Amino acid sequence: LCSMSDSLGSTVEEPLDLIRLSLDEVIYVKLRGHRELRGKLHAYDQHLNMILGDVTETHTVVEIDEETFEEIITPVKRDIPMLFVRGDGIILVAPPIRT
Amino acid sequence: MLFYSFFKTLIGHTVVIELKNDLTIEGTLYAVDQFLNLKLRDIKVRDEEKYPHMMCVKNCFIRGSVVRYVHVPASHVATDLLQDASRTEAKHAKESNKQ
Repeated sequence: LCSMSDSLGSTVEEPLDLIRLSLDEVIYVKLRGHRELRGKLHAYDQHLNMILGDVTETHTVVEIDEETFEEIITPVKRDIPMLFVRGDGIILVAPPIRT
Repeated sequence: MLFYSFFKTLIGHTVVIELKNDLTIEGTLYAVDQFLNLKLRDIKVRDEEKYPHMMCVKNCFIRGSVVRYVHVPASHVATDLLQDASRTEAKHAKESNKQ
């Protein structure tokens, strides 16, 4: 079992502690329903409810052309200044992925 | 109880609730409980042409579990207090889980 200390002297032991390290940092959040968020983490709890600031939501819509049956993938972006996200929709949390 | 306290500070303010069924409702936050169920007053459905079935509804109760996002006024959010509260909340949740 590995337990490290962070800059405040609190031990980092479990996954939620890793999220604590990301407070006041921009994070990437993958949600159910083909949605992704990028924003600054201001608050979270053990259910992974979160408050993110200066968020960009990317919602990926896949349409199938009825004639050619090809997939038309359209990402739709939205900017929201301050957002509460309910934890039960969250799949993963990470530092921002470079795109 | 972090987000319960957070929503209590927003009572009386206008919020926009986005539900998991894609319905978006703007209204004045009137009440919140420990499950983050919400009561809104004087609601207005965004995109009314698409979702006309609430045109006569003035007040509503929303079960917390059906919420995807809550758009909150950024000016009303004390981000530094939220971050400190998250660190404390995470520590307490960890300690109560260990017992």
